[in-house]
Amino acid sequence: MSRKRINTALLTILGLLLAALFLSPFYIIIINAFKTQKDFFTDILALPKYLYPDNFKQAVHDTKYFKTIGNTVFITSGSLVLIIITASMAAWRLTRTFERKISKMIYYMLVAGMLVPFQGIMLPFVKWIDRLGLMNKPGMWFIYMGFGASMAMFLIGSFVSGIPKEIEEAGIIDGCGIWQLFWRVVFALLKPILLSVVFLDLIWIWNDYLMPSLIINQPGNQTLPLMVFQFFGGQFKKWSLALAGLLLVMAPVVVFYMFAQKWVIKGIADGAVKQ
Amino acid sequence: MGKKRVRNFLADVVFIGPVLLAFTMIVLVPLMKGIFLSFTDWNGMTYQSFVGFKNFKNALTDQSFGRAFLFTFKFAAMAVILINVTGFSLALLVTRNIRCSTFMRAVFYMPNLIGGLTLGFVWNFIFVEIFPAAGEKLGISFLNGWLADAKTGLWGLVILTTWQMSGYMMIIYIAALQNISADIIESARIDGAGFGMLLRKIMIPMVMPSFTVSIFLTLSNTFKLYDQNLALTGGGPGDSTTMISMNIYNTAYRYNQNALGQAKAIIFLLVVLTITLTQVYFSKKKEEQLG
Repeated sequence: MSRKRINTALLTILGLLLAALFLSPFYIIIINAFKTQKDFFTDILALPKYLYPDNFKQAVHDTKYFKTIGNTVFITSGSLVLIIITASMAAWRLTRTFERKISKMIYYMLVAGMLVPFQGIMLPFVKWIDRLGLMNKPGMWFIYMGFGASMAMFLIGSFVSGIPKEIEEAGIIDGCGIWQLFWRVVFALLKPILLSVVFLDLIWIWNDYLMPSLIINQPGNQTLPLMVFQFFGGQFKKWSLALAGLLLVMAPVVVFYMFAQKWVIKGIADGAVKQ
Repeated sequence: MGKKRVRNFLADVVFIGPVLLAFTMIVLVPLMKGIFLSFTDWNGMTYQSFVGFKNFKNALTDQSFGRAFLFTFKFAAMAVILINVTGFSLALLVTRNIRCSTFMRAVFYMPNLIGGLTLGFVWNFIFVEIFPAAGEKLGISFLNGWLADAKTGLWGLVILTTWQMSGYMMIIYIAALQNISADIIESARIDGAGFGMLLRKIMIPMVMPSFTVSIFLTLSNTFKLYDQNLALTGGGPGDSTTMISMNIYNTAYRYNQNALGQAKAIIFLLVVLTITLTQVYFSKKKEEQLG
């Protein structure tokens, strides 16, 4: 018994050390973002003499912080809503009509999209989006709907296959039309997998850089990643300021995570099991 | 009878239509266009004539492309191994009966939430500014000059992506480990199995499906890497740490060689497809063997 106790204690210590190791980059960034330029070049590894807030104030101003967050929230939330609605509708309809060959074909074609890397279609994609008039904000929702379809269909489709048909049959007997059947009966049952899709896609869209960098070309429409690139790259040797900017960019995600962490991890785990 | 068919058809259009439309316009059309254009002398705007396989030949003989491929392969191999070993080890650690496991779980996963670009800048700072300072304090020179050459650039990328992705893989492995029935473990212990034997003979075979998923995810993600590459090393010095995605991007947008870039993109697509499908095929086979 005692041997087990010692083992458990050792493992706990190991885990905490590793956790500290994992957190150390954040620690380093934080202490240096609060330093004045002078403090910074004096000793990079020391704690700041006092918490100097001006870096943050300037970073907020230079990066049009709140507008940028607003843009990112706008694009991310709209895209998520559209992905969830359109992918779940299609995944349900297709898997429930799998007797038809065409349903199978369409479903597998959509899911196969997961294997196509963005860089493979990047070049004609940009010109095409321009032609369609979808550049900048309005197009982004539709674009993410297209790119997010494959994985969402895959996860939701697998999940739907596991829902017993009796529930839906009962609904039909009660007189539900297809539309009501889906929205009143099925959609609520999809909640666990939809949570997974939401979190996986949230992380992806919120942090997306390459595609938006090619599509968003009007200043003032930038998302956080685009803004980080511009800001950080422009700070020549002004490390404290640059780091303050990085922290500001990471802040929304970390705050969200502190509140929603249980849900996020559960959502990711469930999604993983489905895969 | 007719009314039912109309209703069914309408249901199809309403339910399947939107996502199919978006997918076709956003993924399929550019894909078809891309394949077509790779056989022409496309200049980014228009094309004049067909050039057969010339773009592909140029792509395959392009030395920078070859270097990018080599670098990406090296990186992907190292990263996939390190990420999965770390992720699995963390999962094992966190599923032993220890205190604070929820806290640890949350901490290990957190880096995954932060975008690749931001992380690249964070680690750029750490390697370029913090490492030398720490090296001076500790009196070791090993920490100087990181990211100034291809070797440390490679390791920098590996360290970054391991930090970023291990947590996600850990979650996948935790889910798999927790699905192993406690009875099997119990009876093995009663039969006198030590942890090592338990691990090799029972636990790993039973979580094989999660290996398939994790390796698929890490393989495809590391191969396509762009943001971290851009932020951490910018592909430099020179093009020594340029990965395939960046090479394609530069070919098209920096050197304005659109047809060549497109051919490279198609080759890249085929390679990614082949590697991931092969990996899944062999993993599934292994699953069956051990299942």
